[in-house]
Amino acid sequence: MTVIIGLEIHCQLTTRTKLFCGCSTDYRNDPPNTHTCPTCLGLPGSLPVLNRKAVEYALRVGKALSCAIPDEAEFARKNYFYPDLPKGFQITMYDRPLAVGGYLDIEADDGTEKRVRITRVHMEEDPGRLVHVGSGDRPRYSLVDYNRSGIPLIEIVTDPDLRSPKEARRFINTLRTTLEYLGVFDGEQEGGLRVDANISMEGGNRVEIKNISSYKGVEKALTFEITRQRNVLRRGLAVERETRHFLEARGVTTSARSKEEEHDYRYFPEPDLCPLRVRAWCDEIVLPELPAARRARFGETYRVSPIHARTLCGDLRLADFFEDVACCGDPVLAATWVADTLLGELYYREMDVTGVPAGHFVELLRLLRGKEITEKAGVEVLRVMLDQVKHGEAPETPAAIVDRLNLGKTAGDAFGPVISEVVQACPDAVRDFRNGKPEALNYLVGQAMKRTRGKADPKELARMLRDAIGDAGGTG
Amino acid sequence: MVSPEDVEKIANLADIGLPRERLGEFTREFNAILEYFDILDAVREDAGEHAREFNIMREDEVTGSLPQEEVLALARDSEDGFIRAPRVME
Amino acid sequence: MTAPAGDRFNAFITRCEPKPGTTGKLAGLAVAVKDNISTRGIPTSCGSKILEGYTPPYHAHIVDLILAEGAGIAGKTNMDEFGMGSSTENSAFGPTKNPVDPARVPGGSSGGSAAAVAAGMVPMALGSDTGGSIRCPAAFCGIVGLKPSYGRVSRYGLVAYANSLEQIGPLAGSVTDVCRLMGVISRYDPRDSTMQDRPFAPRLTGDVKGLRIGVPSEFFGAGVDPGVAETVKGAIGILEGLGARVVPCSMPSMAYALAAYYVTCTSEASSNLARFDGVRYGPPGDVRSAWHDAFRVIREKGFGEEVRRRVLLGTFALSAGYYGKYYAKAQAARRNVSADFARIFREVDVIAGPTMPTTAFRIGEKTAPLSMYLSDILTVPANLAGIPAVSVPCGKVDGLPVGLQVMGRRFEDERVLEVAYAYEQGAAR
Repeated sequence: MTVIIGLEIHCQLTTRTKLFCGCSTDYRNDPPNTHTCPTCLGLPGSLPVLNRKAVEYALRVGKALSCAIPDEAEFARKNYFYPDLPKGFQITMYDRPLAVGGYLDIEADDGTEKRVRITRVHMEEDPGRLVHVGSGDRPRYSLVDYNRSGIPLIEIVTDPDLRSPKEARRFINTLRTTLEYLGVFDGEQEGGLRVDANISMEGGNRVEIKNISSYKGVEKALTFEITRQRNVLRRGLAVERETRHFLEARGVTTSARSKEEEHDYRYFPEPDLCPLRVRAWCDEIVLPELPAARRARFGETYRVSPIHARTLCGDLRLADFFEDVACCGDPVLAATWVADTLLGELYYREMDVTGVPAGHFVELLRLLRGKEITEKAGVEVLRVMLDQVKHGEAPETPAAIVDRLNLGKTAGDAFGPVISEVVQACPDAVRDFRNGKPEALNYLVGQAMKRTRGKADPKELARMLRDAIGDAGGTG
Repeated sequence: MVSPEDVEKIANLADIGLPRERLGEFTREFNAILEYFDILDAVREDAGEHAREFNIMREDEVTGSLPQEEVLALARDSEDGFIRAPRVME
Repeated sequence: MTAPAGDRFNAFITRCEPKPGTTGKLAGLAVAVKDNISTRGIPTSCGSKILEGYTPPYHAHIVDLILAEGAGIAGKTNMDEFGMGSSTENSAFGPTKNPVDPARVPGGSSGGSAAAVAAGMVPMALGSDTGGSIRCPAAFCGIVGLKPSYGRVSRYGLVAYANSLEQIGPLAGSVTDVCRLMGVISRYDPRDSTMQDRPFAPRLTGDVKGLRIGVPSEFFGAGVDPGVAETVKGAIGILEGLGARVVPCSMPSMAYALAAYYVTCTSEASSNLARFDGVRYGPPGDVRSAWHDAFRVIREKGFGEEVRRRVLLGTFALSAGYYGKYYAKAQAARRNVSADFARIFREVDVIAGPTMPTTAFRIGEKTAPLSMYLSDILTVPANLAGIPAVSVPCGKVDGLPVGLQVMGRRFEDERVLEVAYAYEQGAAR
């Protein structure tokens, strides 16, 4: 059954001040209602003044998404009454948005590249934050914090080009990465990204899902909705055209049959602001390197594989980290260790790459490159370092850890006794190997590894065993 | 021409109460004014002068906020720094 | 807040102990401020119950400016609720009476400011003009009132009624004093994105030789009282005697200017007044109710009849299906009005006519809303086009003052005042 999905994504821009006033946007760790002023509180007589940086950031996004910039853009009022909306209207853009008709390329479900068209990009202000007191079915009153009121938002609307929940999630991730590369968005901030999704199946009615505020939530909400709609159709009923709310904790969408649904927003141009003519400005904007270009550069300059490049470039901080450590002398080695090993260990510890000391990591890579330690030892060193970072301790250098835990690769001669011991202890395996069974050698290497506590290089051990077995002649 | 029911719908949209006993007279006055507005139907735009300013913006610099106490004092009904409002159905 | 002397005309809502400074262009002067202009620490009600007790935490820009120039605030003056009215009868604090004849209205919506000046309680006052709200009371009370060009005075702190139409402006007994106050309040404010930085510098010489005065026939049409028309024509005659030349002209867009005005101001007002929900300021709603119920009750109890009417009209005009018929058409009509003015100003320097079609009517006389709206017919065009307009007293009919209105090109406020000054001087001789 064909699934058709379109997304409306709201992202908070990382400007220093709000969209229409000089209140600081750094509100997350502060008490409620400490980042407000007459303008973002909607006090009578207050007026909005547009933040130039917010416009610049929005234009960067429009340009990065290959949009066209119309001659004039204009702010408009969206009128509705809600306690978190101080003026009784939201200043947004309606029929004259900032940018139109762009696209973003993502990886489709079948691994090929797919172009998702962008209908429009526009700017608007965030409302305040509502907290409901009382239980879900019996709310008693609401509490409002206006710190968030007036935060600059960018809204990106896609054409209904997405075909599965996974694709939708991949789109959001790709968009998020692009916005981070542009320096206009911080994906780590809670509530910084909110999504409304539109979904219809097999030409049926369109259902709008609101209130999705996490990346995983997008996939969950859409997956649930598809199941729900299939069940409706299976019962011979038609899917109703409606707005539904996503409840993240329960992973379900519920019908939102409230007054808000039937709203007539009575849009009209915002008389307190002047229109924007910004096409020339947009033309002059020089974009920073975007993910696709960075992937290509990683391939050319560092010879990183496409798969590793995609992983590394999928997160700006990870890509930056990789470039910091590629100076270890072997970028391909670095790519493997960052994209596979490090990422796995970080994920396991629920850490992100920002705490990892690049200098230490370079040293670790050098030790590995110079074969001074085995790969297994390298992993152990990394784990020790990461655990130290996670517990807030200053991480030891790899050299210090290797010394302390005696992880250094010892010279081949020291293993002589081990080799003899193994040959003595495993006569059957020795005989099998002599009779042409190569896997027997693996067994012997394993035995030797055990006895050396992983300090030895398995390839070395294999060589030494071969020599030893060859020498011994006769059965043992 | 709008009917009293139409006026009630508009009052609903505007979230503004209108006492039932005033509805009839109010509708009459409303219609008299709307009838006067009909003259706009005949307006054809002759290429008018469109003197407007563009791109009026400010720099991204923090200018400070009101102290929390002042904000809460204006609101009169607050709890733990939040402002209390009647409940909304979610 | 003390009450120095009686306020028998009910000009003030709140009276203050003015504490004027000793230096500055307004040193030692007590200025009255219309109650829709924010004053930190002084209650600001806009003539409405819905803002009862609201005391702003900030000053309007112009309040900062007049205080910095040594003025003291005499108090907050009475007005039609949120600026909606032409008589100051729509106030939750009772009507203001015209000092010339207390049985009559002082005009509106800045009736309190005009009455305070006319009664000699203060030498000058501040008002706001959305469709004539400074000029109308100035004309009815026999004083001078200026509606500056749109964008000449900061609106930061002016409680919005119709953002694209209104300006704060000065009222005083003479053109000279109006200029004095205008010079102070017109300083640039980056907090108002619709304001331009144009320093105000009039040259009051009294010389109008060669001045071309346009007199549109529509300004002396059927609705204008014959006594008023004759008085104003006499005033224009005085300017001619001083060397000006009258150029008859016509403004066809006058036919729909009033409709365009009322569609625009009610639409913008319906949006501007949505913020009064009792949550962040003002009398709070019942926290035990549901949101929409509480909101509805606050608005029903807090708004007067005229405000409710205009909010509903504006809501209707902007609603789905009607935007094109009303709001969009009104903006097209506005552009036509501007174009008409531009065309006429190619041949003339200023336009003159009566400020109001009649003299002050009796309190309680105009009951039908539409008949009240029609009295704005001569003042709204200047708001629609954003051009400066002054009303200067030019005589009396049956003892009641008549105002001469002089309008000019946008941002030529100085010229408009210079002409009014010349008239004042010429008439005095």
